[in-house]
Amino acid sequence: MEIKSAVPRRRFDTLVIGAGGGGLRAALQLSQAEATVAVVSKVFPTRSHTVAAQGGINAALGNIGPDNWHWHMYDTVKGSDYLGDQDAIEYMCRAASRLVVELEHAGVPFSRLDNGKIYQRAFGGQSQNFGGEQAARTCAAADRTGHAILHSLYQQNIRAKTHFFDEYYAIDLIKDDEGYILGAVVLEIETGEPLVIEAKTTLIATGGVGRLFRNNTNARINTGDGMGMVLRAGIPLEDMEFFQFHPTGIAGKGMLISEAVRGEGGYLLNKDGERFMERYAPKAKDLASRDVVSRAIATEVREGRGCGPEGDYILLKVDHLGDEVINKRLPGIRDMVKTFLHIDPSKQDIPVFPNAHYTMGGIPTNRYGEVVTGVNGAEDVVPGLYAVGECACVSVHGANRLGGNSLLDIVVFGRAAGNRIIEYLGEQRYHRPVSDSAVERALARLARWDQKGDGESVAQLRNDLQRAMEHYCGVFRTEDVLREGLEKVRQIERRLPDARLQDHSKVFNTARIEAFELENLVDAGLATVSAALARHESRGAHSRIDYPARDDVNWLKHSLYFKEGGRLDYKPVRLQPLTVEPFPPKARVY
Amino acid sequence: MRFSIYRYNPETDREPRMQPFELEVAPGMMLLEGLLILKQADETLSFRHSCGEGVCGSDGMNINGRNGLACITPLAGLKEPVEVRPLPGMPVIRDLVVDLSQFYHQYRSVKPWLTVHEPETEVEYRQSPAERDKLDGLYECILCACCSTACPSFWWNPDKFRGPAALLQAYRFLADSRDQATAERLSDLEGPYRLFRCHTIMNCVEVCPKGLNPTKAIGEIKELMLKHMI
Repeated sequence: MEIKSAVPRRRFDTLVIGAGGGGLRAALQLSQAEATVAVVSKVFPTRSHTVAAQGGINAALGNIGPDNWHWHMYDTVKGSDYLGDQDAIEYMCRAASRLVVELEHAGVPFSRLDNGKIYQRAFGGQSQNFGGEQAARTCAAADRTGHAILHSLYQQNIRAKTHFFDEYYAIDLIKDDEGYILGAVVLEIETGEPLVIEAKTTLIATGGVGRLFRNNTNARINTGDGMGMVLRAGIPLEDMEFFQFHPTGIAGKGMLISEAVRGEGGYLLNKDGERFMERYAPKAKDLASRDVVSRAIATEVREGRGCGPEGDYILLKVDHLGDEVINKRLPGIRDMVKTFLHIDPSKQDIPVFPNAHYTMGGIPTNRYGEVVTGVNGAEDVVPGLYAVGECACVSVHGANRLGGNSLLDIVVFGRAAGNRIIEYLGEQRYHRPVSDSAVERALARLARWDQKGDGESVAQLRNDLQRAMEHYCGVFRTEDVLREGLEKVRQIERRLPDARLQDHSKVFNTARIEAFELENLVDAGLATVSAALARHESRGAHSRIDYPARDDVNWLKHSLYFKEGGRLDYKPVRLQPLTVEPFPPKARVY
Repeated sequence: MRFSIYRYNPETDREPRMQPFELEVAPGMMLLEGLLILKQADETLSFRHSCGEGVCGSDGMNINGRNGLACITPLAGLKEPVEVRPLPGMPVIRDLVVDLSQFYHQYRSVKPWLTVHEPETEVEYRQSPAERDKLDGLYECILCACCSTACPSFWWNPDKFRGPAALLQAYRFLADSRDQATAERLSDLEGPYRLFRCHTIMNCVEVCPKGLNPTKAIGEIKELMLKHMI
């Protein structure tokens, strides 16, 4: 008991876990409203994965040609394969222009058109007039848009005097007996010492879980930490079976080649030099939505039309764009291809293959960023808990996210959650008491890894998990393979308690952090495979060979996975927008 | 391939040492991949890393005497044994992890945010492509600290000299046609240390993994100061 009461405590109005674009946008809103905000991040804020977003952020500014938010909404609903919640999608698309202008005012160095307005480029799944001509809706800072946005948001937070806990790792949420979330127990990585952060409101903005898969475009920090925390708090994860495979990762290596390359006019070729996307998406071709292009590439390779000695990749042709477009619009891609492939994209084609990229599913929230639980249409708000960004599932992306909508998602809902929290803080004048027992639960998680002795290593289990997820839960799925995959991941879960750390030091012990991350990865993996096995249809990124069609009669619903017993439940899709007519499900053709 | 890696754990080591490692490397392998394999065998080896593609700026370290990012430093062509040390001049927390507090403090001190005094418009501020081009080579900084920790002036006066990374950011806002705080920014950099400790040694330019040129930016700031004095 002595040790427990010795854990120091800090108190803030709001605790934000994660310092990517979502967390920083929310923190900015709160700091400007003079709430006290603590941002906890396991890496220095500008190292968060938002920094790696390349192509841009969608908003119907109409700087290139006619555009409006309603067309953007249609494209997003269609892109989601009708699983997106239309109230949230309307809210996001309506807010987009304002939020992009706000980012520009915050300093984001967007590329420019001759008239001085923000440069916009074409991206996949974008249309004018509800499925007509290609639109150009993606606002870009060359091909470093995420970097530009993340740095600007961090800079504005410094100005607003947001309080940062850099290199602190969140262990678990603190929940009282009435279900209120009251902050979190965190670990200072540099010293290895725990700290209790008490907060009236807690916002999770910890990003996605791309590290579940062996070949992925994600940073090593993307381990689903927030998802693991909510599962352990008894809250479900929504729609985890929908995992986006980005069509153009560098083959065999995983680094992302932005959709901007195709937006600027690049296209895909198979070994016969055929522009094969014309067969799969006659109208949109290479700018069909990502699930469609990824399946097309995987199919070309499966059917023996892949390139290279092993026939295991497809070529992305860029050289016809010319040096000026490449240097001006795609300089980051040019440098990356030169660094990792030693080729010059203005002279040679880039070998690409689909790579795990984005978690459509996540912590269930409403359009205010409040975490909601409950099934069958009941949406009970978890008091004090909010989530935004890739870790959350609003759901604006449904079964498939459109390129350029993730940067939009984080700023729109970061701001919305900030505003909702300000309202809640107005009602909750005082901190609720945090009992020692609530803190102890989180500390137990910490103590578990202090066990010494022999056992499997964290790295071994993580490698096995990533291989299992890739092999059993990839682009194409079937009942038998998924069933086997679920058993594999469950085996890994059963091996986990016997894993041991060799390094028990306190100071900057990254091995210990990786152990916590592994626990979160395993939970997210179980959620993903379980939900994928249960969903007997193909929709968006979830492609079942044994159930090739979308089934709106039985499956137009969100899945909810609970950690306890690996139970699944479902809730309806919100098909009613805020002000406009709904877009009813129809056949999805590009 | 043979490595010699700086090891120091303050809980157990009285002083740092260089530890030899050996590793079979695959063609095209980057230093970060090598370090990650070594860490699987010895999980006590500590270093920062994340994106693995040179955009997050986590894994700055000193490689055969030169600062760089481990994730975009190819092992092929490095002289053996590859000597890997923490970024120089900063307090070492453990192994290759350094305390960058002073580096970040200097960054924050240049007020690196866009400042506009006019009332905000409901649309974007206009900026011509030529004006926007002036930000190229400035905004791309990833705060990896390779430059500032390669700078002798920063080693001697990390508390007073802003250092190349922070000064590059100072100029990023001075060069922005939208920014209206030129006079304040320039006056904040006056005095013998903050800006003028730069002796154009150009280590920063030499090591920047993003190919940026802080020395040039510092020169531009000096020129702006001169103009403002006249």
